[in-house]
Amino acid sequence: MGLLDQRFENSNIFITSLDGLLNWARLSSLWQMQFGLACCAIEMMAASASNFDIMRFGVIPRATPRQVDVMFVAGTVTIKMASRIKRLYDQMSEPRYVISMGSCATCGGPYWEHGYHVLKGVDRVIPVDVYVPGCPPRPEALLEGIMKLQEKVRKESMVKKRA
Amino acid sequence: MTAQEIYDVLKTTFGDAIVELKLDILQPWIRIEPDKTRDICLFLRDESVMQFDYLSCLSGVDYNNGTFGIVYHLASMVHKHKIVLKTFCTKDHSHVHSVSDVWGTANWHEREVFDLFGIIIDGHPDLRRILLPDDWEGNPLRKDYKVQEFYHGMKVPY
Amino acid sequence: MELQQFLMLTEFGKAFIFLLIGAVFVALGLLGAWIFRPHRPYPEKNATYECGEEPVGSAWIRLNVRFYVTALVFLIFDVEVAVLFPWALIYRQFGLFGFLEMAVFLFILIVGYAYVWVKGDLNWDKPKPQIPTIHRTIVMSTRLENAPVHSEDI
Repeated sequence: MGLLDQRFENSNIFITSLDGLLNWARLSSLWQMQFGLACCAIEMMAASASNFDIMRFGVIPRATPRQVDVMFVAGTVTIKMASRIKRLYDQMSEPRYVISMGSCATCGGPYWEHGYHVLKGVDRVIPVDVYVPGCPPRPEALLEGIMKLQEKVRKESMVKKRA
Repeated sequence: MTAQEIYDVLKTTFGDAIVELKLDILQPWIRIEPDKTRDICLFLRDESVMQFDYLSCLSGVDYNNGTFGIVYHLASMVHKHKIVLKTFCTKDHSHVHSVSDVWGTANWHEREVFDLFGIIIDGHPDLRRILLPDDWEGNPLRKDYKVQEFYHGMKVPY
Repeated sequence: MELQQFLMLTEFGKAFIFLLIGAVFVALGLLGAWIFRPHRPYPEKNATYECGEEPVGSAWIRLNVRFYVTALVFLIFDVEVAVLFPWALIYRQFGLFGFLEMAVFLFILIVGYAYVWVKGDLNWDKPKPQIPTIHRTIVMSTRLENAPVHSEDI
């Protein structure tokens, strides 16, 4: 049982500096569960390769949801896959974040009108923190998405209740 | 063999089940009756001058006037010729016999036709939906298909 | 050393202090994690991981008995080797008697090893995969000469 988890009502100097330390530790090692579903997965692989290299941000791919902080949903989410995504998101441990990469995961992409089996945006099943638009987004765009997530983690606080 | 020769051989063997031949297009096709599909396909595979041992593709069509069809693209590795077969059936009485024991690839192709069009394939060893989830309502590739509003709590249309 | 005389530390004592510091280091790390980590369990989170699917069946599977047999045989001969080490250091003091005593011990164990070998308990049995067969007719006159023929074809 976490000792200090959601115990404090307001901030004090001990908590703010502890917050800073914890947030810095968490944003510097955001381990990812890659969820490469379609073409955006190729751009995610390109971002992991030597030219753009997300490992220098501390982002290491892990195969299991139990050991990760962030899930990159890269590609078209079909409705059959959506229930699996929901289950895997549930099996991630806090603090957990989701980056929705590409226009298919954001809003259904080019399949928004006639795609009968495409989920129009992964935020219909899981809460998303950062949306990275593009079809597919360039690896630099994904890196900017990770940096935006790092900014979000930097401002987190132990005392505020998360949504 | 050319398409005309294949049509002639089939016509002498099966008579009325072979309805017409359409030439002068890129892929000439032969129209056959749906009841005799399996016998014709078995003949085409086993007969020594034909030997169509490769089913390239099996797909369904909705012609938007109440008729459905199934199209078979056949090829022969031995004689290096190709032919296309078409069967038509009406929307209310859409039953076709399976050719999955003639060519193994037809197994999944016919499941796809059943899934997306609703054409019942008689004699298929494992007829169930293949692409869509098992509790999906409707057959999406029909022209009069309306997508469902919700599926397991997720909103489907945009 | 002064400290050694003061505390009456033997070599064992030094090893014990090393062990103690290691244990304290690990305990501090775990304690720190327990203080700061969130703990919000709910049933879907605690479910068994099965790549996103609903878990089907039990996670306990039946393993082949070859693992147990190998571990057992290894244990017996590992203990034998452990007994051999101190003997090897001091057997010369006992002359021929020391040598013959260990020879008898080893002979008994070698007889046991030969028995296990001949009985086939050292075989690493793999499960036999089922290769699917298909039945179809090929008109042989249309095939190329010297084309390979599989036994399942007619």
